[in-house]
Amino acid sequence: MSAATLSTPLGAGDSTVRRRPARRVLPGFNLTLGYTVLYLSLIVLIPLSALVFKTFTLTWEQFWAAISGPRVLASYRLTFGASLIAALVNVFFGLLVAWVLVRYSFPGKKIVDALVDLPFALPTAVAGISLTALLAGNGWVGQYLEPLGIQLAFKPAGVVIALIFIGLPFVVRTVQPVLEDAEKELEEAATCLGATRWQTFTKVIFPTIAPALLTGFAMAFARAIGEYGSVIFIAGNMPMVSEITPLIIIGKLEQYDYAGATAVAVVMLVISFILLLVINALQAWQRRRSGASS
Amino acid sequence: MSSTPIIWRARAGTTEPAWVKYSLIGLALGFIFLFLVLPLAAVFTEALRKGWSTYWEALREPDAWSAIRLTLITAAVAVPLNLVFGIAAAWAIAKYEFRGKAFLTTLVDLPFSVSPVVAGLIYVLMFGAQGWFGPWLMAHDIKIVFAVPGIVLATVFVTFPFIARELIPLMQAQGNEEEQAAIVLGATGWQTFWYVTLPNIKWGLIYGVILCNARAMGEFGAVSVVSGHIRGQTNTLPLHVEILYNEYQSVAAFAVASLLALLALVTLVIKSVAEWLHERDMKAIADLPPERPLAEPAPALAASATH
Repeated sequence: MSAATLSTPLGAGDSTVRRRPARRVLPGFNLTLGYTVLYLSLIVLIPLSALVFKTFTLTWEQFWAAISGPRVLASYRLTFGASLIAALVNVFFGLLVAWVLVRYSFPGKKIVDALVDLPFALPTAVAGISLTALLAGNGWVGQYLEPLGIQLAFKPAGVVIALIFIGLPFVVRTVQPVLEDAEKELEEAATCLGATRWQTFTKVIFPTIAPALLTGFAMAFARAIGEYGSVIFIAGNMPMVSEITPLIIIGKLEQYDYAGATAVAVVMLVISFILLLVINALQAWQRRRSGASS
Repeated sequence: MSSTPIIWRARAGTTEPAWVKYSLIGLALGFIFLFLVLPLAAVFTEALRKGWSTYWEALREPDAWSAIRLTLITAAVAVPLNLVFGIAAAWAIAKYEFRGKAFLTTLVDLPFSVSPVVAGLIYVLMFGAQGWFGPWLMAHDIKIVFAVPGIVLATVFVTFPFIARELIPLMQAQGNEEEQAAIVLGATGWQTFWYVTLPNIKWGLIYGVILCNARAMGEFGAVSVVSGHIRGQTNTLPLHVEILYNEYQSVAAFAVASLLALLALVTLVIKSVAEWLHERDMKAIADLPPERPLAEPAPALAASATH
């Protein structure tokens, strides 16, 4: 996905609130809504319900055993830990990149701006093998790190690197428009009232962009948890050490343990649902914030 | 901003000292270079490490060709399907008010938050040998999982929201007035769509299609679950990259990967151009003389458009 796209508020857009209710002069409501619901059911809802029904074939004990084996627990720790670290790094650097793109001008800015979306456009498998090649002992970056005793490829640290790559645009693309719309008058007022630049940033600018930053964090985190393609090449995939949860699902599938794979998948699906709800709530908060200030 | 002395002095309070500014730019560019430019450059360098002839050799292989063909077929089915859905969903959600609209919009987003591996798994559970329709499909000798239809289905799932997401906010911002005028003047629904709505959303549409296409051609996790990895038959380009890489054919893997990296670059260029043209159109509308007031401010394409 895509975060450039994800970040745009959907549904209760404030533009629809202000307009008086449409009297359905336009034709095609039944056709388009019917098709939307039909297609959504066929492609998304019915297949997802297959996952839930498959879980019901397991007893509670079997289900619990499948989702709490030591190897599975280790994979949760890695997946959530690495996703959390990567999302935090992205909050910092994402804000930095968004700030630099909005507030300063420098040669090549348009190219840098376009390049931020590279992780959306570059297939994850390509990103995976390329990052591995860079960080391996003989790679462009790895050759300088190896003498220092730092090895990133085929280690949990490599997972974090891949997830930073994947998550960066989510933070930049949510923070950038908010930063663009932020009113400079407030900063001028703060300066006139004697605030230092740092105080203005922490007390005036940061509260404005905090909801967007949090939304970007949640999106990067949600994407990182499900990520597969870019991670498996760089992780080394050692059981208990550098095996991510999606790989556990694949591993169970390859042993024809469909029920076990489904159980772990349900856990991941529930977590995705929760994160989706959190992101929706954050976006609603962000809209209220920006609505209140304008 | 005009630079009368007072405003000029106030602006000093809204920027940082030069050294802070240049360190921030340096830090940001350094990060972009390390995390985005280097990986991109590494793909092409690794692909060409043994020269152009080896590079062409790797791309001329029959397995590479069949992977290219399957990738193109997959995108050629998945993108139009999601395009039709995206337009229908955007029309229903943006042009009308109805109960459960917010819920429907959340459901449209759902595939974005599902892990690609889980996306692949659900189709195995539906159509696999042990799945719901498995026995029936087997009896009728239809193969979906570990065959091309499964790959297409998984791709449709992961690229499901792309075009709808792009069009819904755009059509909401544009409102219904122009379409209503067309209907009142006697246009049919289709005429209204073709001559009024479509020209208004064309850049957003292109933007959504191009991102949808990039993901459709590059999807790895979901496709890898349903494909079965049969060389020359059910291998898309990303899966072919994986196989070559795992066989230690590094140069060949990166040669195939370079095709996908080129696709990514072309995607970024088209996306930037679409954004730029959309902004230009919006600016042209905003600059119109005041006798035609515009109700809504110019909506930006997704979130990434810069003023």
